[in-house]
Amino acid sequence: MNRFDYLRPASIAEAIAAAAQPGSAYLASGTNLLDLMKGDVVRPARLVDLGGLPGLDRIELLPDGGARIGARVRNADLAYHPEFSRRFPAVAEALLSGASAQLRNAATVGGNLLQRTRCAYFYDPASACNKRAPGAGCDARGGENRLHAVLGWSERCIATHPSDFCVPLAALGAVVEIEGQAGRREVPLEEFHLLPGETPERESVLAPGELVVALRLPAEAARFAAHARYVKLRERTSYAFAVVSAAAGLRIEQGVIAEARLALGGVAAKPWRARAAEAALAGARPDAASFRRAAEAALAEATPSGDNEFKIELARRIAARALALAAIGTPERLPALPASPFAPVPGAPLHG
Amino acid sequence: MSLPITLTINGAEHRIALDDPRVTLLDLLRERLDLPGTKKGCDRGQCGACTILLDGRRVNSCLALAISHDGAEITTIEGLSQGEELHPLQAAFVAHDAFQCGFCTPGQIMSALGLIQEGQAGTDPERVREGMSGNLCRCGAYRGITEAVVEAQEKLGQAGRKEAA
Ligand SMILES: Cc1cc2nc3c(=O)[nH]c(=O)nc-3n(C[C@H](O)[C@H](O)[C@H](O)COP(=O)(O)OP(=O)(O)OC[C@H]3O[C@@H](n4cnc5c(N)ncnc54)[C@H](O)[C@@H]3O)c2cc1C
Ligand code: SF4
Ligand code: FES
Ligand code: FES
Repeated sequence: MNRFDYLRPASIAEAIAAAAQPGSAYLASGTNLLDLMKGDVVRPARLVDLGGLPGLDRIELLPDGGARIGARVRNADLAYHPEFSRRFPAVAEALLSGASAQLRNAATVGGNLLQRTRCAYFYDPASACNKRAPGAGCDARGGENRLHAVLGWSERCIATHPSDFCVPLAALGAVVEIEGQAGRREVPLEEFHLLPGETPERESVLAPGELVVALRLPAEAARFAAHARYVKLRERTSYAFAVVSAAAGLRIEQGVIAEARLALGGVAAKPWRARAAEAALAGARPDAASFRRAAEAALAEATPSGDNEFKIELARRIAARALALAAIGTPERLPALPASPFAPVPGAPLHG
Repeated sequence: MSLPITLTINGAEHRIALDDPRVTLLDLLRERLDLPGTKKGCDRGQCGACTILLDGRRVNSCLALAISHDGAEITTIEGLSQGEELHPLQAAFVAHDAFQCGFCTPGQIMSALGLIQEGQAGTDPERVREGMSGNLCRCGAYRGITEAVVEAQEKLGQAGRKEAA
């Protein structure tokens, strides 16, 4: 780890001024940043610790049915907040399927949004990586890339965004509240992360010094509470990143889908909202045929970026599975293994 | 440069002058405070060997900067027994053969203590396994670990959630 200056500002304005200086990075809990610094993947000259900032650690349940979550709220505290998880069960399930209990106790909401890709070549300073060193090339192309992106990738970078939390947030239309030297602004989560294009080193809309202060879930997102699930396929049962994942929410009226939400994880450099699939589901019957059609629509534009063609069909099946589980209804209590694809879908064959 | 912090570790207050902001809680405990019970496995958040309670919550001490936690209360494996009397979790690990080499054990026990205090798993072995999935055991003692945690949970019961530490 390189040497760095350590600052612990007591006000947001002070933090933003310090972080706007080149070479600065915000330190939330450090579960991603310190890992990257230990590997010499990133070498910030100055850490601006968010731990002393007031007002960023509250979960506010808004009277209209929405919620506002401070950027320093811990992942575990949000997931186990009874009223929050009642309103937004797929968000709680996604959070509890991520990392480990220890990491969730530390990790913050803001850090989860801004965690970096798990591409192994990004993590290895001896490999060429356009994200780490713009213009250096991309060793993932032609390397080990079975877990890389199938949507929205570019010749420059085929990495995915690893967050589980962000997937239901994208499906539910969450909004990111940002504060910077130019004042406050709000950006829909769906537009917060950037696709790689020609500049894979730019991963979000944040300008230097800009701070995520809170996340908001709109009131209408709570209307999916009765039919909302997250499903995450991993290479081991637990404590692993998603190969592919899906968050689904349905509003079912008189046996017909009135409104649907669907987003995919592990497939692109951002959580992938599948609006074409949502449109295909509106007015449809909640059955296997509709879910398969929606899943096809969600992946219509997918192309392999390497040895990962299998992820496309896998993503279709996980999307259809998440929709089928959502249709059955949100369970009273989260299952022992949150988001596990091993849980059988009652009344449906396991494969197909 | 000297960065002063105060930590309460296993009930005792320590005033510490850090000479470098890079020191993690894990390295501070092991290298500077002579508390080597907390183990360093991966040093990257992947194995759980370094688990401690930080302000009552289980976390990976390898991914926490000491300088960020001025004023915190820490419990490590050294703080569990009452003299010669083992903590119920320690006794359950012995009774159930929940270790072989023992390297992961302090982290397992501190994680189990956190799990019981969180009160989310109860005595359901599947919830205990999932709640303990952040602690790897290279010797594969998982079966005994699960049994030990379930038994300790039963013994500590409601009281365990508040007073196990
Ligand atoms: C072994 C392991 C397994 C994991 N498994 C999963 C998993 O399965 N699913 C999953 O989703 N995640 C997983 N994670 C990642 C974990 O969720 C992140 O490390 C965590 O959410 C980061 O939060 P933090 O508070 O520690 O952020 P930090 O590490 O402190 O910060 C991360 C980044 O965000 C920036 N940042 C932090 N807060 C703000 C803010 N308010 N405004 C602007 N920038 C900010 C920092 O500058 C830094 O670049 C895993 C991590 C580990 C180590
Ligand atoms: S895929 Fe992206 S992150 Fe991975 S090596 Fe290529 S440029 Fe770097
Ligand atoms: S040493 Fe901290 S998790 Fe492995
Ligand atoms: S007892 Fe040897 S690693 Fe767990």
